[in-house]
Amino acid sequence: MDYFLELFFGGLTRGSIYALIALGYTMVYGIIELINFAHGEIYMIGAFTGLIVAGVLTALGFPEASILVIALICAVIWSASYGYTVEKIGYKPLRGAQRLSPLISAIGMSIFLQNYVMLAQTPDFLPFPALTPQFDFMKPYSAVMNSSELVIVVATIAVCVGLTLFIKYTKLGKAMRATAQNRKMAMLVGVNVDMVISATFVIGSSLAAVGGVLIASHIGQINYFIGFIAGIKAFTAAVLGGIGSIPGAMLGALVLGLTEAFATGYVSSDYEDVFAFCLLVLILIFRPAGIMGKEKTQKV
Amino acid sequence: MRAKLHLILLCLAMVAMLVACGAEEKKADEKADVQTGEVAPAGKLVLGVAGAHSGDLASYGLPSVNAARLVAAKMNAAGGVNGMQVEVVAQDDQCKPELATNVATKMVSDKVSIVLGHICSGATKAALPIYLESNIVVMSPSATNPPLTQSGEYPNFFRTIAPDDAQAALEVSFAKGLGLRKLAVIHDKGDYGMGFATFCKEFIEADADMEVVLFEGVTPGAVDYSAVVQKIRSSGADGVIFGGYHPEASKIVSGMRKRDLAIPFLSDDGVKDDTFIRVAGEFAEGVYATGPMDFSTNAIYQEALAAHKAEFGSDPGPFFPEAYSAALALLTAVQNAGSTDYDKVVEALRTQYVDTAVGTIRFDAKGDAEGVGFAVYQVQDGKYVEIK
Amino acid sequence: MNNTLNETGHQGALRLLLSAGCHSIPHALRKSAMVAAWFAFLTFPILVIKVNTIENTVAWRWENMLAIAVATFFGSYVWRWLLARKEIKRDEAKRESVAERLLTKVQSHPILKLAGLAAIAIPAVLYPQVFDLYQTNIMVSCLVFIVLGLGLNIVVGLAGLLDLGYVAFYAVGAYAYALCNLHWGIGFWTMLPLGAALGTIMGVILGFPVLRLRGDYLAIVTLGFGEIIRLVLENWGDVTKGPSGISNIARPEFFGMKLTIAQSTMYMYYIMLGLLVLTIFCVSRLQHSRIGRAWLALREDEIACQAMGIDKVKTKLLAFALGATWAGMAGVVFAARTTFINPASFTFWESAMILSIVVIGGMGSIRGVIAGAIILILVPEYLREFSEFRMLLFGAIMVMVMVFRPQGLISAKRKIYTYKGTSEAGSGQ
Repeated sequence: MDYFLELFFGGLTRGSIYALIALGYTMVYGIIELINFAHGEIYMIGAFTGLIVAGVLTALGFPEASILVIALICAVIWSASYGYTVEKIGYKPLRGAQRLSPLISAIGMSIFLQNYVMLAQTPDFLPFPALTPQFDFMKPYSAVMNSSELVIVVATIAVCVGLTLFIKYTKLGKAMRATAQNRKMAMLVGVNVDMVISATFVIGSSLAAVGGVLIASHIGQINYFIGFIAGIKAFTAAVLGGIGSIPGAMLGALVLGLTEAFATGYVSSDYEDVFAFCLLVLILIFRPAGIMGKEKTQKV
Repeated sequence: MRAKLHLILLCLAMVAMLVACGAEEKKADEKADVQTGEVAPAGKLVLGVAGAHSGDLASYGLPSVNAARLVAAKMNAAGGVNGMQVEVVAQDDQCKPELATNVATKMVSDKVSIVLGHICSGATKAALPIYLESNIVVMSPSATNPPLTQSGEYPNFFRTIAPDDAQAALEVSFAKGLGLRKLAVIHDKGDYGMGFATFCKEFIEADADMEVVLFEGVTPGAVDYSAVVQKIRSSGADGVIFGGYHPEASKIVSGMRKRDLAIPFLSDDGVKDDTFIRVAGEFAEGVYATGPMDFSTNAIYQEALAAHKAEFGSDPGPFFPEAYSAALALLTAVQNAGSTDYDKVVEALRTQYVDTAVGTIRFDAKGDAEGVGFAVYQVQDGKYVEIK
Repeated sequence: MNNTLNETGHQGALRLLLSAGCHSIPHALRKSAMVAAWFAFLTFPILVIKVNTIENTVAWRWENMLAIAVATFFGSYVWRWLLARKEIKRDEAKRESVAERLLTKVQSHPILKLAGLAAIAIPAVLYPQVFDLYQTNIMVSCLVFIVLGLGLNIVVGLAGLLDLGYVAFYAVGAYAYALCNLHWGIGFWTMLPLGAALGTIMGVILGFPVLRLRGDYLAIVTLGFGEIIRLVLENWGDVTKGPSGISNIARPEFFGMKLTIAQSTMYMYYIMLGLLVLTIFCVSRLQHSRIGRAWLALREDEIACQAMGIDKVKTKLLAFALGATWAGMAGVVFAARTTFINPASFTFWESAMILSIVVIGGMGSIRGVIAGAIILILVPEYLREFSEFRMLLFGAIMVMVMVFRPQGLISAKRKIYTYKGTSEAGSGQ
């Protein structure tokens, strides 16, 4: 039973990590139906910005408690700016083009950003300082979960709840939902669609930055390539849950994380990804729009 | 006309962007040019450097380009090789076999006579037949797959790193010396890591006192390895052997330590890299790793390190010493042979000792370096210390 | 602004460049200055600061900021100008361009068509005689990717099914040849059709479960299949030799003669050329056949297509199976060419590249796919001169091509069936 619980908490952490990235993914998808491959890169840039800012602050001798906050804020600001710019350059001119063009543009962006960070910073792995505080009350449970994991799980839940409330009750959130449902109709009733899409990218990228800093601080290392694998997994999680749906992304990420953990624990980690993808295929065969996704009726 | 103008402008913009991104690197190049520019060029000797210079494995390939450039600059400053200026031409294969064949044919077509590379064993295997046919000497700083030399199929192949099986044998006997009986063998599913882990497993199974309680591969780049860590714990292993590179090693070892799993962690020379200590920080303490015999006090290595810091402003990455040594060995062999003639260069490599960053070496008939042995190191106070 | 656009000649072009997308030149200046400032801010942490977390030192590289500001200041002019140009040309793009009209004319005239084909065929045949080994070798990879692109074009371009795991079939072909050659010494020529057949079977196996899925759900499931195949190749070490791969795969034999690598590459080139001609022939015949038109209908509207009496299951499966056939064949060629394969050649990245070939070239267009493969496979090779900036430029080029030619380089043209004669047509009713 202990073993089961250990695996469960491991899977929970992994799922939360995926969820934190998947939430931004699913938001962007919900609005413009674009698989934003550059999202993983934004996450990576967020982590890098956090590292750089933390490094500068440490060198300047700031107190440790303030470093996490300032690094997070800076990471959010710059990631959001990158998200905004990527959308303006790579996707906005393609609105109204055939569906696959923005996808390829996104792949190109992803390649560009990876190599940009590699050339501007370093191709090597960098240590990421443990910015998250260590809680004393977690000490007894360290065999199953530690402070940084707790922070990630809590942050994921907070972000998920916050995002759901935001989408449901704020004006911008309503405008987003309207745009997601029918862009032309939203435009007709006075929604500034361009602004809404930009805002979506900004929010999605900010979430990626929060994820980037927290996750990198948990893992303890980053390089320019971390966004790619994280991005693919997050995308899988988002689709599993029903892409476009925020609780869906959360659920999908948890299912994915737990599947991988149990597959590793009870079978073999050689095939953890095989299990994850098999589960994905099975779920989609029986629920073609994901766990929480609504199947749209197609009309001619 | 318009179309042309637009093309030209596009190119200009691109170049401007390039300049922006590469201002620093360019400067480094310029410095190198200044150093080398003083000597009048009398023919060129092209040293091809092949390996992953982009993609996910670039961090293992790029240090060898730097190493080659440093060696070339040093040789050129001393008057070149046989009066010829050495020029380094880097070719990217992303560690993919098909790109490696493209690189190999490019080297052949460009009449490159000596090649430093490739980085990954797989890419090396794909490229070697092409080099072999064109009589090009290849020396890898990092391709450790045993058959590359031991099969005897590639007489043109040399390496400045010892093969996996030698290392695995040392690792297992060291583990036995530590009193470990039940071992968990973990690898990164990669060519190098899995090869090493498989050899370890074979050696452990051959020993009646020891057993493998867990043999698993982890997915490189995955966000965390807590499930594997839990599995190691529940397997009751009293030690872990890991085959692979330092990013995964540091994730696993920090996961183990954070979860209060304090059993010894042994690994290979993909981990015996200072980056590992930098990245894993306090969790690196006590980790054992096999690696090439200690060369940290080697004068050439010290010099290379200082040159790298002066030139690129940072510490070198993985396989830098091996690559530096390989470049030195290759160029010295050409010097000793008096020309780039294949037979003479091979002869020189096999018969004459060279002082390199990894020690004084020459190569045996199969292509493995003599004088490059393995030692076991442990991280003590943030440094790898050799255990005798 | 539109007035400026209609002006032709040098001055008009220059003025357009200086003020495209803005009211006036000062406005444009202001806008460019804003862009420069924005990018200077944007790239500030990554490009300017470099920290060393161990020694806690910080290096400031202000010269990078200056460079990026200058580059983006001028870059933004070009960008706006190109966007404005695209806007103007939007209507023109719909019409046939002169080149396309000429091409159509050439194609419809039998003698000219022959002459045109000869004009392409002669350089193609002479290519390896003129250029060196390297050029021939990369051309072979390019040809392999053209065939792959044409295969995927059936699935994505014609039938409109987004497949992100296409590389799986390619891997099946390559491993089939490698393993059969290793264990039973089966030769290249026997394996080529067998690889194709295996590809077809895999296509059907994959096709069945995903029939119900649409759009991006289909994309992720196919991505999953691609990854599953790769992971199995990687982990099932007893059979596939795992990550260390299979080496010494036989190159194709030329009537029992042993070839040198240069000869063998040349031979490979001609094999691929032949295979390409076969592919183009089959794909273009398919495209204009009943099945091809059914695919197009399926792509445009699934429900309407079903209502027209087209069997959706059969049509989709056919698309998957035929697409996979070419990948299987290309895989066999790939294994024979590199003589060494490992799972690193069959990652998601390759699938994305093949998809990019199809989209950048122009979905559904054979000429487009050829152009796309040339760009995506040969450009990184020719960018080798830029060494470490190679992939950076490559990413930028991908984005630019998409932004300025979203429909792809060469857009697909539907065949126009002209109505000839009256009596036969009348009697057909």
